[in-house]
Amino acid sequence: MENEYTPLTTSDDALDSQSMLINMGPAHPAMHGVIRLILKLDGEQVMDAEVEIGYLHRAFEKSAEQGNYLQVVPYTDRLNYVSPLINNFGYVCAVEKLMGLQVTERADYIRVIMSEISRVCDHLTCIAATTMELGAFTAFLYFMKAREFLYELVEMVTGARLTISYARVGGVKADLPDGFKEKTLSALKETRKTLKELDLLMTRNRIFVDRLAGVGIISKEDAIAYGITGPFLRATGVDYDVRKAEPYHVYDRIDFDIPVGSNGDSYDRYLVRMEEMQQSMRIIEQALAQMKPGPVCVSPSAKEIPGAEMVDEAKMGKTKGLMELGAVVDPTLEGTGKEHQKLIYPSGTPNEKKVMLPAKENTYGNIEGLMNHFKLIMIGHGMAPPKGEAYFPVEGGTGELGFYVVSDGTDRPYRVRVRPPCFPTMAAFHKIIKGGMVADVIATFGTVNMIAGELDR
Amino acid sequence: MVTGTLEKLEKMEQSNLFAPGFFTSKLSEAIGWCRKFSIFGFPMVTACCGMEYMSVACSHYDLDRFGAGFPRFSPRQADVLFVVGTISHKMAPVMRRVYDQMTDPKWVLAFGVCTCTGGFYNNYATVQGIDTIVPVDLYIPGCPPRPEAVMDGIIKLQAKIQAQGIRSTRVE
Amino acid sequence: MNIIELIQNKFPDLVVSTHDQCGDQTVVIRKEGIVTLAKFLKYDPELDFNMLTDLTCVDYLKMNQEPRFEMVYHFYSLTKNHRLRVKALVEEKSPEVDTLCELWPIANWFEREVWDMFGIRFKNHPNLKRILLYEEFVGHPLRKDYPYDKRQPIIGPKN
Repeated sequence: MENEYTPLTTSDDALDSQSMLINMGPAHPAMHGVIRLILKLDGEQVMDAEVEIGYLHRAFEKSAEQGNYLQVVPYTDRLNYVSPLINNFGYVCAVEKLMGLQVTERADYIRVIMSEISRVCDHLTCIAATTMELGAFTAFLYFMKAREFLYELVEMVTGARLTISYARVGGVKADLPDGFKEKTLSALKETRKTLKELDLLMTRNRIFVDRLAGVGIISKEDAIAYGITGPFLRATGVDYDVRKAEPYHVYDRIDFDIPVGSNGDSYDRYLVRMEEMQQSMRIIEQALAQMKPGPVCVSPSAKEIPGAEMVDEAKMGKTKGLMELGAVVDPTLEGTGKEHQKLIYPSGTPNEKKVMLPAKENTYGNIEGLMNHFKLIMIGHGMAPPKGEAYFPVEGGTGELGFYVVSDGTDRPYRVRVRPPCFPTMAAFHKIIKGGMVADVIATFGTVNMIAGELDR
Repeated sequence: MVTGTLEKLEKMEQSNLFAPGFFTSKLSEAIGWCRKFSIFGFPMVTACCGMEYMSVACSHYDLDRFGAGFPRFSPRQADVLFVVGTISHKMAPVMRRVYDQMTDPKWVLAFGVCTCTGGFYNNYATVQGIDTIVPVDLYIPGCPPRPEAVMDGIIKLQAKIQAQGIRSTRVE
Repeated sequence: MNIIELIQNKFPDLVVSTHDQCGDQTVVIRKEGIVTLAKFLKYDPELDFNMLTDLTCVDYLKMNQEPRFEMVYHFYSLTKNHRLRVKALVEEKSPEVDTLCELWPIANWFEREVWDMFGIRFKNHPNLKRILLYEEFVGHPLRKDYPYDKRQPIIGPKN
């Protein structure tokens, strides 16, 4: 521990003629463009290392204080851009906890499904990057192929591939579209097929195993002391997973296992991630089977009238009486008839009216909806949680992702703090690579799954 | 790219003036043609857009069809600097240095809205458009741009490279 | 087990206030006692908070709260599966808190971030320098009085 933080410089007298300082990154292909490692080398061996981060600091926490509560959601997409949906849900869950809101069951199931799709994407990308950096470019193409199937699903539901902004405080933006279940099942089938191919290609591949096994070892105690969570911690043998330890959404109704490693090396992390993807797909299938039609968001009570009819009436100036009515809208916002569409608006408390944006049919169709929308959007009138603070942890792709939200009682968040899951891992990184070879730095760094967006925020 | 008309060529071929397989062109156009189909890019991947860059480069969208699939991670060997993702003030000197190290002719492609204007990161930490630091040839907006938009951008860049021809320095 | 009561009984002169809003058990203490309390939390077999989940700071300038800063620590126990939030009050005049690096090495980076963003110093910290921003940067951006878009570029136009 002592002498661990002495800054490395070339003028260091302690630097004997044997060793040299080498600068790795930030414009290094394997450093994902944003990490700088200063390595002190003796031949090929890493004697000491210093990690410098911050090259992608985009002031998330300051930006979050500028707008209202809903305007933070797009910023959370760009924290962990490999699994943006989990970030979305983590943030809105923190705000919901602060407001004491209970979202509907269907919304919870949708959140579970979308989170798990995101998690598979995350792990796929992580392993893909690792394999590519080890020289297995073919495997990288396979992984990207599998990810593309899942991106298509995400796009189908949210309308965007990556920066989705799908979560809303009180629910989700829109219901799952028609045919989602079938498409998901077929996408999962394709993903499984690809994963099986990859498993055959990689898991017992001599070169791959030699590069990863016994490399980048961290002990259980160190991992805990550094606050490392997620697959990185589980590879050391600790079965900590927020989904099991403190179940949120509806994870307590779903049967899944937590894969645990034993050695804490890069190879175990690879295996844990591979198995977690299988578990995630299991969760998606169970959630799809358990899910029932229902409302996807909390919302005010209203009498019902078909959305298109309401718009027509309003266009003809027949606004009398429309004020008391709420539109029955298509939850997918697509405008086609649905069996479950009548259920979108259950009765709610007046408090909840101050949270969800009204459906577009309402906004355009009647004055009440318009006013409701306007009041929520206008600065100074939007959703305002009570004064206080809340911390909400979710299991992100890389580990425990926590959102700490402080409210001063107005419609703007006073402070939004993210607990980035890969921050502790990077803090421990110098310790992990010390004593290893330079080439192993790349292999270890790949399995860290460092996502600069959430590391530097 | 062929200077003569088709008829002229046919006539030449018929008259056996040239052996079959020859054709004439302007040197500048031939060089432009060569350059535009062998784009060696330096992917300066920093942020979210990198995910879409990966998608574009991989088999689904296959950037290789445009001759731009081969990334060179040495600035000396690269023709086009792909700036993919937000550039913060801490990163700006690094990017400038990479640009300076590239040999002429060189082009810069701003990938994503953060590199074009700063996007919605209008704050203390981010550069408001990389064109404040390096000259930019092509902007691909979008947060992140869809793969189709990127391909469109690459085609436009190719047109620009073709037009530049033999000149080694940029056309202002 | 009520963690708040336990701490209140153990350190009656340290605890300023407590609450459990939204189910998050929270203890507000004077900053002098943070190392003592953290040691207790870590080594007490009944509490066994072996993980420092998060460490951050909040600037209460706009809420007119005295003192201005609050250090916020989130602890988690892997064995007992419980959480605790500890807040330490820090005045504006001499923003300095004792470091927790000895107990949890992760505190090193978290505290560097707090120094970077809020300008709070940590006593006995081994390597207190900026982490997310660059050395040339003047000021601490997450303080409420730092303008949102005040840029300090190293190269490029100043605006």
